[in-house]
Amino acid sequence: MAEHILAALVEHKPGVLYRVSNMFRRRNFNIESITVGVSEVKDLARMTITVRGDELTVEQVIKQLQKLVDVIKVSRLNPDRSVVRELALIKIHTSDSKAKGDVVNYANIFRGRIVDVSRDSMIVEITGSPDKIDAFVELMRSYGIKELARTGVVAMSRGLKSLKVEE
Amino acid sequence: MKMSGSQAIVEALKREGVKTIFGIPGGAIMPVYDVLYDEKEIRHILMRHEQCAAHAADAYARVTGGPGVCMATSGPGATNLVTGIATAYMDSSPVIAITGQVPTSLIGKDAFQETDIIGITTPITKYNYQVRSVRDIPRIVKEAFYIATAGRPGPVLIDLPKDMQTGVDDIDFDVDVEIRGYRPNLDPHPLQVKRAVDLLVEAERPIILAGGGIHWSNAYGELLRLAELLMAPVVTTFMGKGVIPENHPLCLGCIGMHGRVEANKSIMMADVVLAVGVRFSDRSTGKVDEFCTEAKIIHIDIDPSEIRKNVSVHLPIVADAKRALNAIIDELTRRGLKREKSEWLKRVETLKKEYADTEPKGELTGANAVKVLRKVLPENAIVATEVGQNQMWASLHFKVLKPRTFISSGGLGTMGFGFPASLGAKAARPDVPVVDIAGDGSFLMTEQDLATSVTEDLPVIVMVLNNSSLGMVAQWQRLFFGRRYSHTDLKGIPDFARLAEAFGARGVRVHSLNELEQVLKEAVRADVTVVIDVPIPREENVLPFVPPGKSLREMII
Repeated sequence: MAEHILAALVEHKPGVLYRVSNMFRRRNFNIESITVGVSEVKDLARMTITVRGDELTVEQVIKQLQKLVDVIKVSRLNPDRSVVRELALIKIHTSDSKAKGDVVNYANIFRGRIVDVSRDSMIVEITGSPDKIDAFVELMRSYGIKELARTGVVAMSRGLKSLKVEE
Repeated sequence: MKMSGSQAIVEALKREGVKTIFGIPGGAIMPVYDVLYDEKEIRHILMRHEQCAAHAADAYARVTGGPGVCMATSGPGATNLVTGIATAYMDSSPVIAITGQVPTSLIGKDAFQETDIIGITTPITKYNYQVRSVRDIPRIVKEAFYIATAGRPGPVLIDLPKDMQTGVDDIDFDVDVEIRGYRPNLDPHPLQVKRAVDLLVEAERPIILAGGGIHWSNAYGELLRLAELLMAPVVTTFMGKGVIPENHPLCLGCIGMHGRVEANKSIMMADVVLAVGVRFSDRSTGKVDEFCTEAKIIHIDIDPSEIRKNVSVHLPIVADAKRALNAIIDELTRRGLKREKSEWLKRVETLKKEYADTEPKGELTGANAVKVLRKVLPENAIVATEVGQNQMWASLHFKVLKPRTFISSGGLGTMGFGFPASLGAKAARPDVPVVDIAGDGSFLMTEQDLATSVTEDLPVIVMVLNNSSLGMVAQWQRLFFGRRYSHTDLKGIPDFARLAEAFGARGVRVHSLNELEQVLKEAVRADVTVVIDVPIPREENVLPFVPPGKSLREMII
């Protein structure tokens, strides 16, 4: 089933994430990822939600989101015309200098950064599309991943089209 | 104005026009009750179980068309409201529930009678609030009433920590409500209206499916005008029962699992279905993949999320039912359409004659008892029902003649709803007779509020259709489980007449249809609550019946 990215402007107050995630659970919708942070407007937060489902399901997801009083606006992002990014921190087992060298090389190819080095591990910070991060994580598996933290997707339409609250 | 949170909440309720509160006091709501002690403009009705308070408030809302208010303490008081709130949510009823809560300093500490009622009620309310500042009370109350009643109605809960009740602050009631996240679309899109009229004009076999949305939008007159203009038969969902007088020549009654034969047959033959204020519940549509597959469906609803949720439709109109129907009527009139009686209508009328209800005579049965009740009651009497066979006999055989006179738990199917609902209805309309059509199983779930009925001067009639069973479950066991009556035999306990007497109400057991008619006539005139125990055969089925998962075409008649 296809993956859809939704962006929502919501009231920036306690309990809103609970209302949203509770609605997903109760309506039997599957969230792949959900991220929340501040938006350009002071009292609005922005959620980016990735859901899996067919066309009818995603239509219902949008309507059910809009039905929540604390959700001000929802928009479905066209993946071809949007910037979609995720950040990951990956702690990799690097017991010898060859492994360390490999990880540095791979990190460079993926435009990641080494943000921590210890005797037998390194942390790589990498940003990009979820696919790119998947590919990098896959490569690192052979060295041994000690820890992995991903932020989930944030996304934004390119160009003039933007998610705004009408006055 | 300097005042306490408790004074502020009561004042705010008065400003919303609240005249009646159904509730029970307890530790965490005592400051509010202390204010209510001196209150002259609000009548507080002391219920005997919080669930009943919520059901009574719900019925009050359904009868008046406006909000109904219930109140309870924290913890168990609040959780006892939950079934009532969920019932109101499923049937889109504007209930305002006010709960006490432990002081904010104790929230999260598992304090005595603390419960996370916000967490618990989030999926069964339109919205809920926990007051965190005394100053917010006027705004929160205003918003709560707006959200509960605007657009598609529904329950809203306000949780009041005890320190928010006792705290004193400068309170300003002159606040504007501006909820940017809730702006229901009321006006229909003109192009969609034109398209709907195109479909209706071309239709050979049009039918109107009317639901509970007609009640909340107060669109009774518009529905009738449109039906007569189109000369289209009208079927209703169970929640829509009574949106058109059920003795009107164009009305065919309810569709669904226990719909009337003529209604189910007709909607399945229609080529255009104008569905207004319905949500196509599984109990209405039968097997949804086979529901009106040949027809073009126009779906009018104020809640956009109802469009294409259960049934795919050809033409959605997101709008208030009254405005949408008016727009359609205007467009039809503009085009000069006035239909004559069509072949289609003649076919429908033949069906209607074929399956018309017979006069009640012979044995004392559930179906006959309901028919006798209709004969005895004046047109404006209000009937509430419990849930199960009693409810479906009422749906099939009790013809509702006036708007807002039939109150039943359709969506949640809450046993025990009918009796407290009848009390709420009586509080709203003391001038008309109110009857609870009950089953012995359902009535026993909330019968303790006979005490409320007697002490609060809310005389109602409870007609207990007593088959000494959980009758609807027993019916399914009879039909689908090889007569294995697993735990549905109620053993004829209690003696309902004596139970009623113990509460200071009147109790009568009847033995024949004639006797029932006599007792009902007296009960309508009585100024006390009368419980009528009506023994009916255990094996009586509610028919017709569309077995679960089957299409409306596959009725057991």
